[in-house]
Amino acid sequence: MSDFEKICHAVLDGEDELALAEAEQLLAAGKAPLTIINDGLIAAMSEVGRLFKEGDLFVPEVMMSAHTVAGVIEALRPHLGAEAANRGRIVIGTVKGDLHDIGKNLVALLLSSNGFTVIDLGNDVAPERFLQAAEEHRADIVGLSALLTTTMSNMRATIEAFVAAGRRDSVRIIIGGAPVTADYAAEIGADGYSEDATEAVELCRRLMEVGA
Amino acid sequence: MIIGELINSSRKAVRPLIAERDAQAICEVAAAQVKAGADYIDLNCGTFLEEEPERLRWLVETVRQAVDAPLSLDSPNPQALASALPAAGQQVLINSISAEKERFRALLPLILEYRAKVVALCMADGEIAQTAEDRVMIGGKLIEDLTAAGVALDDIYLDPLVQPLSVSEAGAGVITETVRRIRQLYPGVHTVCGLSNISFGLPNRKLINRYFLAQAISAGMDSFILDPTDQKLMGAYYASRALAGQDRFCGQYLKAHRRGLYSGE
Repeated sequence: MSDFEKICHAVLDGEDELALAEAEQLLAAGKAPLTIINDGLIAAMSEVGRLFKEGDLFVPEVMMSAHTVAGVIEALRPHLGAEAANRGRIVIGTVKGDLHDIGKNLVALLLSSNGFTVIDLGNDVAPERFLQAAEEHRADIVGLSALLTTTMSNMRATIEAFVAAGRRDSVRIIIGGAPVTADYAAEIGADGYSEDATEAVELCRRLMEVGA
Repeated sequence: MIIGELINSSRKAVRPLIAERDAQAICEVAAAQVKAGADYIDLNCGTFLEEEPERLRWLVETVRQAVDAPLSLDSPNPQALASALPAAGQQVLINSISAEKERFRALLPLILEYRAKVVALCMADGEIAQTAEDRVMIGGKLIEDLTAAGVALDDIYLDPLVQPLSVSEAGAGVITETVRRIRQLYPGVHTVCGLSNISFGLPNRKLINRYFLAQAISAGMDSFILDPTDQKLMGAYYASRALAGQDRFCGQYLKAHRRGLYSGE
């Protein structure tokens, strides 16, 4: 049995206290905090993503696991020191004119529980704010969300703002949301599109690999 | 009141019918919903984006020829509504306005010009209100502003904003509580929701939809945007209305039974 099997199970079951206790034990046994995150928590979330994709897990279960992971990462933070878990920095938000944030929140939660650093700008985010935040936080990826067909055009406007500012090549821009399609992503010149939150994690992973 | 939701371009089966202007197939979907008990036919082609005004106009003209039921124009886009409204006929429903300033300002003149009924989302600029209290406050403001502009209370359908159970820790309580308070504070106003939003992200969505329908009816909600060809759902609708005392002498329940409009299971 692998050292991390128990904590993986605790994450899959959404057992907050059990996962915390396991993390403590692993620390006491001399495991590095970052190893616990990578081989325990993130490995478990990959499995959660896989099961969700196959239809064996449902949205509330995915959220539950992500919450468990968030709690453990929080507890491990004091032990992490400078060696922060960082697979990439992602600025995310719902585009201007759109107040819907359920999908965006789910993506943000999954990305952070998969080791990404997420800067969540909230909803109704103007192109200039995306631009400013991407610069300020040195974002690798900018994620745009829209639920409404009437606000999708602001995804294009946001990408155009990056182009106009001469910053388009310094970030990858990805988009998602109920009415959004891969065709639309291609049409407006986005670097990626994902159908759901677990696919968004995969997409960010891929983009970070290509970027490295 | 039942608003049939099936003519929506975000549904995979329907999008190509609109794209290819298959008038006959669209008319069949409309007629099937009326036959199944729909009072209104909702038309949504938002996914056509820039082409929405022209597509919505075509949908309205097409469906208008097939059925007598009034139409619900499902778009927040003033250009699309302006293009489709002249052809929409009597008793049209605009779905929807909200308390977001820009959207309210753009849609109000159309509501007044066409003396339309209107779905009003309990949603204002800023964050989506999380508590029943805040949603009722936004709903109250909408009622005030709409009636002040000349819209009759009976033409207003407040939508408390149904968000998925799968991402809500409090369940559907916020929605039923919002409806209860609105009914107390503003008797005479209608309440409505897009039913299937509740079950997003969960298995066996129809089951969740059905039980939520019963709870919403018992809280006093009187109108629903749903799939009327789902006979089990329609059974839940008629039975719940009778149980909630909204169906005098069980008249609708019995009539629908004789017409075979719902499944008895």
